[in-house]
Amino acid sequence: MISGFANPERFMRLSAKLLPWISGVAVALFAVGLPWALYFAPPDYQQHDSARIMYVHVPAAWLAMALYAGMAAASVSSLVWRHALADVAARAMAPIGAAFTAVCLVTGALWGQPMWGAWWVWDARLTSVLVLFFVYLGYLALWAAIEDETRASRAAAILCLVGAANLPIVKFSVDWWNTLHQPASVFRADGPTMHPSLLHPLLVMALAFTCAAAALVLAEMRVFILRRRAESLTLRRRRAT
Amino acid sequence: MSVLTAFTGLFRRELSLAWAGGGGAALPAAFFLGMAALGPFALGENLDVAPKAAAAILWLALALATLLALDRMFQADLEEGVLEQLALSANPLEAGALAKILAQWVAVGLPLAGLSPLGALIMGAPPAGTPALALSLAVGSLAFFALGAIGAALAAGLKRAGLLIAILVLPFLAAPLIFGAAAGARALSGQAFAEPLLLVAATALFGLALAPPACAAALRLHLD
Repeated sequence: MISGFANPERFMRLSAKLLPWISGVAVALFAVGLPWALYFAPPDYQQHDSARIMYVHVPAAWLAMALYAGMAAASVSSLVWRHALADVAARAMAPIGAAFTAVCLVTGALWGQPMWGAWWVWDARLTSVLVLFFVYLGYLALWAAIEDETRASRAAAILCLVGAANLPIVKFSVDWWNTLHQPASVFRADGPTMHPSLLHPLLVMALAFTCAAAALVLAEMRVFILRRRAESLTLRRRRAT
Repeated sequence: MSVLTAFTGLFRRELSLAWAGGGGAALPAAFFLGMAALGPFALGENLDVAPKAAAAILWLALALATLLALDRMFQADLEEGVLEQLALSANPLEAGALAKILAQWVAVGLPLAGLSPLGALIMGAPPAGTPALALSLAVGSLAFFALGAIGAALAAGLKRAGLLIAILVLPFLAAPLIFGAAAGARALSGQAFAEPLLLVAATALFGLALAPPACAAALRLHLD
């Protein structure tokens, strides 16, 4: 109990110091990345200005997967080591990851309409990302359905690990199946195939998204810890009277 | 009692519970065929595509019938304290979960697969491909019950568990459904169906490997 309490305490102190810095870096990166990506970067030679959706779509997709991977890692440490902060971290990452998945799906549809002539196609990449979105929703639904917090965190951790099987499918769907969605062009064994003039603003945007996600997760974790504290305080007060 | 004796005992108990009383195995079968009959109604004006859509409709019917069965899979045992006894016994709870999955497959899944040629025929599909369609549904229902059992175990005993199980399980049913419906449709139209059928079998094996420890871990949560 004491070590369990000590950890969130240290986390609250550390995160209070870190949070403004990470948020500031995110804002600065967006201030550089957004004009660069949406205005100064050259238009794609085939898709012209519609290719600029990429600068939102691709980082959102990366973070949708990275946050789920983070949830899976947190779920392991919550199940195996009963780490006091891990379940808070997993719970905090879920709605943000779900939001990024939704952004990825919506921007993908907006991009698909002019390029493929369809808002949606049932190819392996799109389908597996949609499944990822449903896994996120199921995870949140399970948290909401179980009142006891420890039990909810363990049940959600089991579900999260089972759902992690979908992550490699999302990643490799473009290699395993013939998809309308293009294959990977940044994280490749033989290096990125994208021209640097497009790649650099994309990487700045990806960093900006990552910092924004980190700030959101930290803030959300702080909210959960504060709420937990407030609840135990009310309980103690009620017991005293 | 050895693990194997306990396993077969539990398997037989599940089978007799599934087949005894309240309509038994006839109930999911009636639901399955009823859904198959609703398919052409829903197609309505586009009834001419019914033979082509037969595999898709039957796979959907199987998924819905599975969801209905999953709702009660662990619920009654949890309420009556059977799971507590299983957890207290010297045998691993994982074996109990595996026995329940296999029993549900044999009691509910296989009869539905056996009925599927009838469902395909009333939708006007050519009879030649129906045995292969039944095979795809037989393999697919094992995947459905193995993967679905995880959601059923997580949601057992909660409020509105039925709806929650459906939400938890639907993303995991997507993979066997995609490959299975493809295998069924190819079989009905006389094409080679081995590749998607093997992928369904792969999801079933994956589910069988993953489900026993995941179910046992989830059930232990409810028993604490």
